Amino acid sequence: MKYAHSPVLNERLSSSRSRLVTLVMMAGFVALAGRSLYLQVFATGFLQKKGESRYERVIETSATRGRILDRHNDALAVSTPVKAVWAIPEDAKLAPAQLHQLAGLLEMDAGELNRKLAVSKEFVFLKRQIPPDTAARIAALRLPGIHDQNEYRRYYPSGEMTAHMIGFTDVGDAGQEGVELALNDILIGKSGSRRIIKDRRGQIVEDVESIRTPQKGRDVTLALDEKIQYLAYSQLKKAMQENRAKAGGVVVLDVKTGEVLALVNAPTYNPNNRARLAGAQLRNRAFTDTFEPGSTFKPFIAALALEKGKYRANTPINTASGKMTIGPATIHDTQAHGMLTLAEVIQKSSNVGVAKVSLSFRPDEMWQMYSSLGFGAPLKLGFPGEVGGSLRPAKSWRPIEQATMSYGHGISVTLIQMARAYLVFARDGDLIPVSLLRADTPPQAGAQIFSARTAQEVRTMLEMAVEPGGTAPKAQIPGYRVAGKTGTARKPEGGVYVKKYVASFIGFAPASEPRLIVAVMIDEPSADKYYGGDVAAPVFAGIMAGALRTLGVPQDVPLKPLIMAEAVKEDV
Amino acid sequence: MLRLNLLLLLIAVFCALGTVSANHKARKLLAEYERAQNHMHDLDVEWGQLQLEQSTWANHARIEQVARDKLMMRAPGAGQMMVLEAAR
Repeated sequence: MKYAHSPVLNERLSSSRSRLVTLVMMAGFVALAGRSLYLQVFATGFLQKKGESRYERVIETSATRGRILDRHNDALAVSTPVKAVWAIPEDAKLAPAQLHQLAGLLEMDAGELNRKLAVSKEFVFLKRQIPPDTAARIAALRLPGIHDQNEYRRYYPSGEMTAHMIGFTDVGDAGQEGVELALNDILIGKSGSRRIIKDRRGQIVEDVESIRTPQKGRDVTLALDEKIQYLAYSQLKKAMQENRAKAGGVVVLDVKTGEVLALVNAPTYNPNNRARLAGAQLRNRAFTDTFEPGSTFKPFIAALALEKGKYRANTPINTASGKMTIGPATIHDTQAHGMLTLAEVIQKSSNVGVAKVSLSFRPDEMWQMYSSLGFGAPLKLGFPGEVGGSLRPAKSWRPIEQATMSYGHGISVTLIQMARAYLVFARDGDLIPVSLLRADTPPQAGAQIFSARTAQEVRTMLEMAVEPGGTAPKAQIPGYRVAGKTGTARKPEGGVYVKKYVASFIGFAPASEPRLIVAVMIDEPSADKYYGGDVAAPVFAGIMAGALRTLGVPQDVPLKPLIMAEAVKEDV
Repeated sequence: MLRLNLLLLLIAVFCALGTVSANHKARKLLAEYERAQNHMHDLDVEWGQLQLEQSTWANHARIEQVARDKLMMRAPGAGQMMVLEAAR
């Protein structure tokens, strides 16, 4: 039967039925068109984003923190990548055997690990800063819900030797102490991110755009000389033990540039293992602890006296019986010296002598000098907790205070301030700023505090203090002329001076052309000796002798060789 | 007219093939670049570790200890030193 003869075709249907079908079909088309319009026009942005997210990824590129180097580019702080292991507790359903295996690799107690996994959080760190190879072994276990991520750990190869200078960072790689904090802005890197396209196998096939370029943290080159730092550290440590001292500090400055070549505090700590860290160990005493300097302050008065033209180095001063009464108080010398010249007052460290000299000045003259030497204001090197000590306004000074201040009581300073102030004597009377960073060009001459002639005359007095008859013959170094001043100050406690001492010595060498300043402070030496000349001066000598040899500074005193020069000449 | 069209078609086909091969090359180079960058990062890490190792071995405390205890060295006394003047 042919199609055309089909009896169905002869059937006449009502036209309403065909119209209904047409209508339904039209409605279908309209719905489709509407839907496609919606998808293509209104929802297109959303859909494209969804599509992109299937193949596009934004990956973070982490930036390392800059290194801290010493002046010879030896590493003092280096970041190396480590891993942090974290878990999604809900997903981490571990069999007991797996748990033990994981606990073993993490070097944790299985019970502790269980507790960490029992918390109802979506994210928990199991352990941070573990070595990459351990993390790789954990990853190889393919435990569910256990993941790792990259992070950095800071290592300090010189350990406790440079602890106070360098400081340390926290787990989040932010500086917490010392240079790490002071120069955090330079050291810290900025992590970047970029958008890429990955293929089915997870390989990057296209770099779409770089959203933020990562910036590696910049390296910081300190002025610190690791060798001198070690010398200072070992000498101070030895002195601390010998004198059973509570604390101590050493600062070494380069006279030519004002660079800090070494800075050591005791007690110290190991920055690589900070599990048991006490507040006392953390203190960067050279910057944050003030002390009454004692006699190391006297040379400033001598310099002022010379500068004002009221005294000359050989002007006689009567220190009489070593006692002097000002108002209700009496000043004592350790022994009666009788008539002394100004130079001898410094050499013998006579309190009475220097107090007499100081009373010939107006208080504001003295205040002006102390202030211009940088006392009473922090050095602003950016160190945390850096203080400026106390220097009260001249108006409030009573004569007794003016007298005691001349020998370093009733005023407080930090060790770094003292070391810096001695630059005026070691240089020709000008004061330059100190620098933590290596200075590649010598700084310009600083503010002239004293004339070059005054500085030279004070240098001669300070050399006398180290010679026999002075207070610190133990500061002598074979082969070099040394100049310096001792300080032995009683400590005030609750407004009363108690039988606790701060012994100090600040000096420079070679005296003919000063190259280094070494300032030593020993807090509460409690073995039998407590004088600066006995406690601090030997530390100074040890550091200075080694440092001058290290730097190859020419000697300015001929040595008496055992082997005669002639014998060597024949060999040459 | 037909010839021109054929020529244009041919050019179009060549261009298309060129695009494909250029894309392929770009991907290969990118993969290589990626590998090189990873390598650089690894070397950076290794360098840091070597620096640490060097600093640890060259630690002044260690050097002094080895010099004193193992090599039996000591600093010469003042009398045992002689300063040579620089030749003029």
